[in-house]
Amino acid sequence: MKLKTTLAAALLGSTGFAGMAMAQTELTMWYHGGGNEVESNILDGIVSEFNAAQTDWMVTVESFPQGSYNDSVVAAALAGNLPCILDVDGPVMPNWAWAGYMQALPISEAALEGHLDATIGRYNGEVYSVGLWDAAVAMYTRQSTLDALGVRTPSLDEPWSLEEFNAALAAAKASGDFEYAFDVGMAWTGEWYPYAFSPFLQSFGGDIVDRSTYLTAEGALNGDAALAFGEWWQSLFTEGYAPGTSQDPADRDGGFVEGKYAFSWNGNWAGKVALESGIDDLLFLPAPDFGNGSTIGAASWQYGVSGTWEHPEGAAAFVEHALQDNYLAAFSDGIGLIPSTAEAAAMSQDYNEGGALEVFFELSNQQALVRPVTPGYVVAAKVFEKALADIANGADVADTLDAAVDEIDSDIESNGGYGH
Amino acid sequence: MAAISSDNRGLRLVMRYTVLTLIAIIFVFPLVFMVMSSFKPDLQLLRDTSSIRAFLPVGDISLNNYFDAFDRAPVGLFVFNSVLVTGLTVLFSLFLCSMAAFSFAFLEWKGRNILLSIVIATLIVPFETIAIPLLLMVSKLPWIGFEGFSVGWLNTYRVQIIPWIADGLTIFLFVQYFKDLPRDLIEASRVEGASWWQIYTKVVMPLSGPVLATAAILKFLVMYNQYLWPLIVVQEETYRPVMVGLGYFFQLNTAWGEIMAYLTIITVPVLAFYLVLQRAFIASIASTGVKG
Repeated sequence: MKLKTTLAAALLGSTGFAGMAMAQTELTMWYHGGGNEVESNILDGIVSEFNAAQTDWMVTVESFPQGSYNDSVVAAALAGNLPCILDVDGPVMPNWAWAGYMQALPISEAALEGHLDATIGRYNGEVYSVGLWDAAVAMYTRQSTLDALGVRTPSLDEPWSLEEFNAALAAAKASGDFEYAFDVGMAWTGEWYPYAFSPFLQSFGGDIVDRSTYLTAEGALNGDAALAFGEWWQSLFTEGYAPGTSQDPADRDGGFVEGKYAFSWNGNWAGKVALESGIDDLLFLPAPDFGNGSTIGAASWQYGVSGTWEHPEGAAAFVEHALQDNYLAAFSDGIGLIPSTAEAAAMSQDYNEGGALEVFFELSNQQALVRPVTPGYVVAAKVFEKALADIANGADVADTLDAAVDEIDSDIESNGGYGH
Repeated sequence: MAAISSDNRGLRLVMRYTVLTLIAIIFVFPLVFMVMSSFKPDLQLLRDTSSIRAFLPVGDISLNNYFDAFDRAPVGLFVFNSVLVTGLTVLFSLFLCSMAAFSFAFLEWKGRNILLSIVIATLIVPFETIAIPLLLMVSKLPWIGFEGFSVGWLNTYRVQIIPWIADGLTIFLFVQYFKDLPRDLIEASRVEGASWWQIYTKVVMPLSGPVLATAAILKFLVMYNQYLWPLIVVQEETYRPVMVGLGYFFQLNTAWGEIMAYLTIITVPVLAFYLVLQRAFIASIASTGVKG
């Protein structure tokens, strides 16, 4: 009798569980961090808790190497094989939305309250993607370097002016203590160029495209401000302040810590490594103000829903679940990125009040400017990268920027204005 | 006089070996660098690149990069996938391309020269130009397997194998080699009553060791180094090959030591395959020929 009761209970129990499992709609999620163990483990934890917390959706994660992730998504879109939840780099999102790879994310505005603006991917007035963190770039240096050079320590309220920054570079070069005064990170290519260097252009008063219409780069990328930026950019290399495009990647990774550079333009993700290297007077300074305000790049990886998926509310439910402060803090502690809310920052190890990387949260909060929110950005970014590399290698500034404008405008025209 | 001649021979020998040693060093040093770097922590690895230490097992040497590489990515799975896909493709390719070449070289049929020209012309078409149409095609192709009928080949081994079995270069290599075989052998076999299948299997293929080895090595390298195609047709980690897997190691802070460890691991099958076929290649040359 006891055996029969046990069997019946087991049968009932397994049927119940099967019923629960069947009721859950599977949401496949593509994620760009293949090979990043820490990030993967945190994400897996969030997914497990989400799957256990409700009975409607079952998220499964498929990881991709970051370098080839976008190509994989585009190929899958062509083949009609997109998943439900897509991981998307912030500036790429408008292109994927325009191309139909993504649809608007039906998430409540209330769920997004208090999040850094740059972590919310808006396009055409709708939210398409939401990020759990942001990244920020700062000027790495040592207090002892500034003291030795006799240079003022800038602040968020009073960043260096163009003249002050140029004087600092000249002083660093004249000191003879460094291989180069300024490591801008030329060894890194791809998205690093528009992410890290277009804020310099914007601070001069130019931009990659004209944001008022998004239909041309004329004036923005080859106007007076852009020309001034181009001349200054080229001077970094002609004056011998910065290593050029042939910079050894090893020097980019370790040159500042080893004392080869006085200043290094780098992201918060490198902050922990620099701190752990034993530099006890490390400083993370705001971007200089070249006349039009201090600006840094913004918008990191975010989650959205694919264009063909029939249950976007499932993706929204997962994203809302993932936006909990404890998760944001866990990502920050694990991979060093900036939590997207002040509450999560306060819970994190490095971005809380007095934390070693606290300054980056305010940098992101006050200086961040998203890259042009247009589907044409993906092409414009590559054109911009090539133009800056050419100028660094000695190309004529005006001619190069004019050619870049022509190329960007031609692309916008051939794509019918990208819907603008 | 004899002494002078002997000295010249000795000098020539020394020079020859000096040149050969230098060439060997040029080819071997990248491999030595890769293996040695795989035992070093990142910071030391980067520092050593500017000196001869890069090629020496000095400093903080350990297997940590190997352990870390296996922790970061399913290295064994990637190697298995690549070896499986490459091995099967090479086998099918050698068989089918040699049969096609046999037909082009020995059989008389209408239009074979035109068709051979078309096959050879495909050599000038870069794969990148047909990748997208091929992707669209394989994503809609039907298949009947153990799991029943299905549509779409994405995320399978077959999508990495079947489109690569036949290729112009392999067929061309076989055709050229077959054309150089003595026609007497084929004609004698026909006179003796052998079928074309028997001539292919019993006469031609046993004499084709060198071209088999050459075609196999070339095909192996192409398949083992596949990147673009598996990148666009495989979205599941289960079927991912080694070259796509390499991307797992390029994070914001690149793990150079782990990359070297990973590269060392994935180079082993290539070297093993080459060494095995090198023997077959030499043995085939030694046994090839027609005795009068």
